[in-house]
Amino acid sequence: MRLGYFPGCSLHATARECEESLRAIAAPLGVELVELDDWACCGATSAHATNHLLSVALPARTLALAEQQGFDTVLAPCAACYARLASARHELARDRSALERVAAILERPFTNAVKVVSIAELLRDLTPRIREQARRPLGGARVAAYYGCLLVRPTEVSGFDDAEQPSSMETVITAAGGTPVEWRRKVDCCGAGFSLSRTGSVIRLGRAILEDAKKAGAEAIAVGCPMCHSNLDLRQKAMSRTMPEPLGLPILYLSQVVGLGLGLEPSSLGLGRHFVGTGRFVEKATAPPAPAAKSDEPRKEVA
Amino acid sequence: MSGPASTRRSTLAAEIRQRTGLNPARCYQCGKCSAGCPMAQETRLRPHDILRLVQRGRRDRLFADDSIWLCLTCETCSARCPNEVGPARIIDALRELALESGEGEPPRAIRAFHESFLKQIRRHGRIFEFGMIAGFKLRSGKLFADVAKMPATMKRGKLALSPRRIAGVDDVRRIFDACSAAARKEVQP
Ligand code: SF4
Ligand code: SF4
Repeated sequence: MRLGYFPGCSLHATARECEESLRAIAAPLGVELVELDDWACCGATSAHATNHLLSVALPARTLALAEQQGFDTVLAPCAACYARLASARHELARDRSALERVAAILERPFTNAVKVVSIAELLRDLTPRIREQARRPLGGARVAAYYGCLLVRPTEVSGFDDAEQPSSMETVITAAGGTPVEWRRKVDCCGAGFSLSRTGSVIRLGRAILEDAKKAGAEAIAVGCPMCHSNLDLRQKAMSRTMPEPLGLPILYLSQVVGLGLGLEPSSLGLGRHFVGTGRFVEKATAPPAPAAKSDEPRKEVA
Repeated sequence: MSGPASTRRSTLAAEIRQRTGLNPARCYQCGKCSAGCPMAQETRLRPHDILRLVQRGRRDRLFADDSIWLCLTCETCSARCPNEVGPARIIDALRELALESGEGEPPRAIRAFHESFLKQIRRHGRIFEFGMIAGFKLRSGKLFADVAKMPATMKRGKLALSPRRIAGVDDVRRIFDACSAAARKEVQP
């Protein structure tokens, strides 16, 4: 499968481990990722919150490039980029005059023919292949799948999963050998859009999400969005400040969970780049299946 | 789109309807949107309050308040509204209206963030986070926010330090110019 790859700004910086793990799992899953030539930022929340036309035209430029470069599908592994690209595509597919207006602004041919997929949708559709290639049972590690806002909303835009009770990420986690947990806050908003401008709100929202995952017995949270990731990982220390002890919940990209299941080296998946240590989780997930059922005993971790 | 002179006189609800294709009059104030809104406990106007004020054409109260700027566009309200009113997109449109007409503006930190962000895209075609954080600090006056985390972030290889311009940056600038000209035209007679 050959996909146009739209990394978005985060995957080249804060979310390097997302790109690393994605590239590492691509080959075993039979996916060829070809980075789109000369892509530009999708405009993210800032265009969306201030100028609607801009929030459609910037992603449309990327979709037009993908078309010209011969792709029929673009993968946007960042949920925020995915939402911008998919929203633009959706809006222009419904409104012919808007499409013409935007094509005129872009000054390039554009028919809006390219499909946009998220990481959750792509990996869900690849589950037979993941199951076939899985090399480790992940030690039965319990993982909370966190969707946040942008993978499943707006409903009419994403539409590959249920907006209130989505299951694609759980399907992927199970295929990779993990055990998804049942919890309440998987589609709650973590507030990432205000990460820099209104940190207090972000801490409040993130804390509720982490606490709920912990209460449900999760040993890690899997995400599909670099914004959620940096929020829940980098700010986790601040979020646990009012708690008796740190939560210590590693936040993994879904592609990292899959990579562990495929038996890839943890270092090739960027698992050393996190703020909240992933060591204990990785140790459990990569332990050879022990003959004695003792592996669940709590172990002291040297951070 | 019709001329602003006429939209001025028309009701706010009609203006929103024209921009978004959504009809605020459909809202029957069930409050389901506000029940799921992650910001409702921090804002004076919750989504269903905003809808009611739109129905009543109360631009004064809508634009004098921070609430529309504190919406995270998480779309929870729209997903849960039993009547497909689409509060999230309606709030988007209110922000656009406020900016275009100058009737309202975001709180300083949020405006600073959006300005730094868009300026980076205009300048380079992409966001280089280091420059964005620096620009944001200068504009918002939050000089020391998050400074403590910078070295740790760099150590993890997580900040792209040197901006590279994309080849099509002129393309991107032209798109910016065309879109802001279009936004200006919406409010001028
Ligand atoms: S959920 Fe929909 S109908 Fe109910 S108050 Fe909110 S916008 Fe109105
Ligand atoms: S989109 Fe805005 S108003 Fe709607 S639930 Fe989210 S934060 Fe609240």
